[in-house]
Amino acid sequence: MKKLYISLIFLFLYAPIFTLIVLSFNASKTRAKWGGFTLKWYFSLFENEAILQALWNTLLLAALSALIATVIGLVACIAMQSMKKKTRALILGIANIPMLNAEIVTGISFMLLFISLGVTFGFGTILLAHITFNIPYVILSIQPRMKQLNTSTYEAALDLGANSLQAFFRIVFPDILPGILSGFLMAFTMSLDDFIITHFTKGPGVDTLSTKIYTEVRKGIKPEMYSLSTLIFAAVFILMLLVNYTPRKKEK
Amino acid sequence: MKKSLVLLLCGALTAGMLSGCGSDPAAGNNSGDKAKDEKVYVYNWGEYIEPETLKMFEEETGITVVYDEFETNEIMYPKVEAGASAYDVVCPSDYMIEKMIQNDLLQELDWDKIPNAKKNIGAQYFEQSEGFDPGNKYSVPYCWGTVGILYNKTMVDEPVTSWSILWDEKYADNILMQRSVRDILMIPLKLNGYSANTLNEEELEVAKQALIDQHPLVQAYVIDEVRDKMIGGEAALGVIYSGEAIYTQRENPDLEYVIPEEGSNVWIDSWVIPKNAPSKENAEKFIDFMCRPDIALMNFEYITYSTPNEAARELIEDEEIRNSEIAFPDLSQHPNMEVFNYLGEEGDELYNQIYKEIFSN
Amino acid sequence: MRDSRKLLSAPFLFWAAMFIIIPLCMVFYYGLTDKTGAFTLNNVLAIASPEHRKAFWEAIKLSVVSTVVCLLLAYPLAMILAGMKGNHDSFIILIFILPMWMNFLLRTLAWQTLLEKNGVINSVLAFLHLPALKIINTPTAIVLGMVYNFLPFMVLPIYNVLVKIDSNLISAAKDLGANGAQTFLRVTLPLSTAGVISGITMVFVPALTTFVISQLLGGSKILLIGNIIEQEFTQTNNWHLGSGLSIVLMLFIILNMVLSVVTDKDGEVNAL
Repeated sequence: MKKLYISLIFLFLYAPIFTLIVLSFNASKTRAKWGGFTLKWYFSLFENEAILQALWNTLLLAALSALIATVIGLVACIAMQSMKKKTRALILGIANIPMLNAEIVTGISFMLLFISLGVTFGFGTILLAHITFNIPYVILSIQPRMKQLNTSTYEAALDLGANSLQAFFRIVFPDILPGILSGFLMAFTMSLDDFIITHFTKGPGVDTLSTKIYTEVRKGIKPEMYSLSTLIFAAVFILMLLVNYTPRKKEK
Repeated sequence: MKKSLVLLLCGALTAGMLSGCGSDPAAGNNSGDKAKDEKVYVYNWGEYIEPETLKMFEEETGITVVYDEFETNEIMYPKVEAGASAYDVVCPSDYMIEKMIQNDLLQELDWDKIPNAKKNIGAQYFEQSEGFDPGNKYSVPYCWGTVGILYNKTMVDEPVTSWSILWDEKYADNILMQRSVRDILMIPLKLNGYSANTLNEEELEVAKQALIDQHPLVQAYVIDEVRDKMIGGEAALGVIYSGEAIYTQRENPDLEYVIPEEGSNVWIDSWVIPKNAPSKENAEKFIDFMCRPDIALMNFEYITYSTPNEAARELIEDEEIRNSEIAFPDLSQHPNMEVFNYLGEEGDELYNQIYKEIFSN
Repeated sequence: MRDSRKLLSAPFLFWAAMFIIIPLCMVFYYGLTDKTGAFTLNNVLAIASPEHRKAFWEAIKLSVVSTVVCLLLAYPLAMILAGMKGNHDSFIILIFILPMWMNFLLRTLAWQTLLEKNGVINSVLAFLHLPALKIINTPTAIVLGMVYNFLPFMVLPIYNVLVKIDSNLISAAKDLGANGAQTFLRVTLPLSTAGVISGITMVFVPALTTFVISQLLGGSKILLIGNIIEQEFTQTNNWHLGSGLSIVLMLFIILNMVLSVVTDKDGEVNAL
């Protein structure tokens, strides 16, 4: 029963992914027609410098923005713990604003801000924007865990002579680590996926995969994009299996 | 202790920010040391050029092309207007060029620096351009085409000659319409014999009502998804740009393209140079290069949108395509073809209001 | 000691002022002025015109349905996952985030390929001599797209709080004679309110403002408020109206958040 339920959800989540994987082997250039099996899109992918450069930009952007957002978000969550309820609600409210706005409004308001500051558009401006919209996802992931924290263990540690930094890293940190991890991952993912905000904050010649794909929609997605997605999927999947199974083998 | 932690974090953050901002002097900075390495900043439609031609340009001139793409004229406009990232060459459509001229965003071209343009591009295209660029001061035609109906011969067995077939209940849930304000309103306007640039409220009211009546029959309002959907046989009739028609026919021979007898829109996308272009000289070199017959031919074969470059058309080997009625229709056979004009801010608002009302009934 | 801990919020507050508050002020400036720069409420009041009202209503309807469906699917799933033995934390998070690493637009286009008249699902159904599925370009397809894209945002926060619940509490409730349903309603559910509220926010908000899903899976037959705002910015260049409508959307969402904070408080009281 439980297994059936999980399998159905997985089917739902992964059906489009398998479609994309199948499309990456489609010899026909259009997604509407099956033209036979081919590997040619995988070869042409590695000759396509523009796509590879976009991939690099995307990953770098996602990693940097997620990392910085996680640090800012975590620190803000810690600070919030010692605040009064009202102040905490206010800060949470502010943090959520980027999520409340339609993306396009956030994108345009960033563009206006950067123009008025006279900043040159490029990688840096995209990074600033991504950090900003990533922070709420981090806070939303960490905050519920923080709320459940049992403060008495932390205080007990302090009473036993640990300084607050030690107490934090020994007691609090392990407890909220899953929240931090999921916040980081979510931020990373949001950054990978974003198009609209990136579009309005990017400069000429700096492309991410999303901006490349969106411009391609006009003339049809290049099959190389399907093969790239398949490779990314495979890479992450293998990584995931390694991370998950290596320590268990040791236990045995 | 705690204070130093705060300081440390702040420091790390600022360092991160600074390194982030500073990491792209080559990509973002136009005003810097451009004497050292020459660049040209090009802003074009997505997938609207053969990438090979950019490489050839770089090799021949030593000028690096910084290439950027947009999805619609309207997304491009604020970026050029704001001037936050200065481009040398942009490729907007007719009515948008008119708007940019009116708002003083473009600079006049020096035709002596672009000899290939006047030499290779057909005179009739410059004549057409007069409609939005009087005196041909600002724009060099790059691609052009018409809007028409693409239909699937296996699903439509009557001859398609009129826009009115899009109101035929036989084809309910089998019709694809364009999802853009100007293109969709053009159809009932033309069907009723009005101008596609009309600002007459009664005429627009008629057009609006027609589209409201049509709404239940339409399968979807799409832009470029129309290609894949027609190839896959999802719908019987679709409104499409002529440039897409050649490609879709190649993929699915059952498809046929017609320009309805009531007339339609003929459009031109042209190269222009914005006022704040960092290097007008490189821009003109780039435009001139794109007007070379061999280059124009490469681009035509890649994107399949009709080229106004007569010399390039002569070079097309496939006779069927060279004389294709779809790629190169004889416009004298289609008397009611119209170029879109910029309607002014109020006109834009009026059209947009009508467009929204189509969907609120 | 408490004061110095508050200092930790400094980087965030600086960031918020710079990149959240100032851009927000710009939206308000545009939304509350007309083209000449004079103050006006027209852009905000424009929400009352029939076409905007309808788009807003449609968006609320579809996003509420999607949020409810997400919650109904996600809660049991999160419970099952949380109940699984062993430390699977990172694995489970990853498996739900993994599909999102394929680009959002590509995934949604893939659904188009699956759902279309001649699409994958219908080919399979035809092969099995079953009637064809006709949901592409309908509101159902939009809801499906929303649920698909936003489900992980519901599962993860709920899972995060469920795994933290002390299993002793559950056993205690059972020892005291509560049956399964009672334990769930009195113990598990109240303790997971924070996660549920996070989840609802993270699903409802993007669903309410989306425009891509209604374009690709709904065939743009229905305009949602997100489509209208997008159109004002990218087609008509009427930033004032676009900003005005966004202000309305924002106020609406804030109102909902305030309501959820109030319920959250109740939840805490119950939990204690």
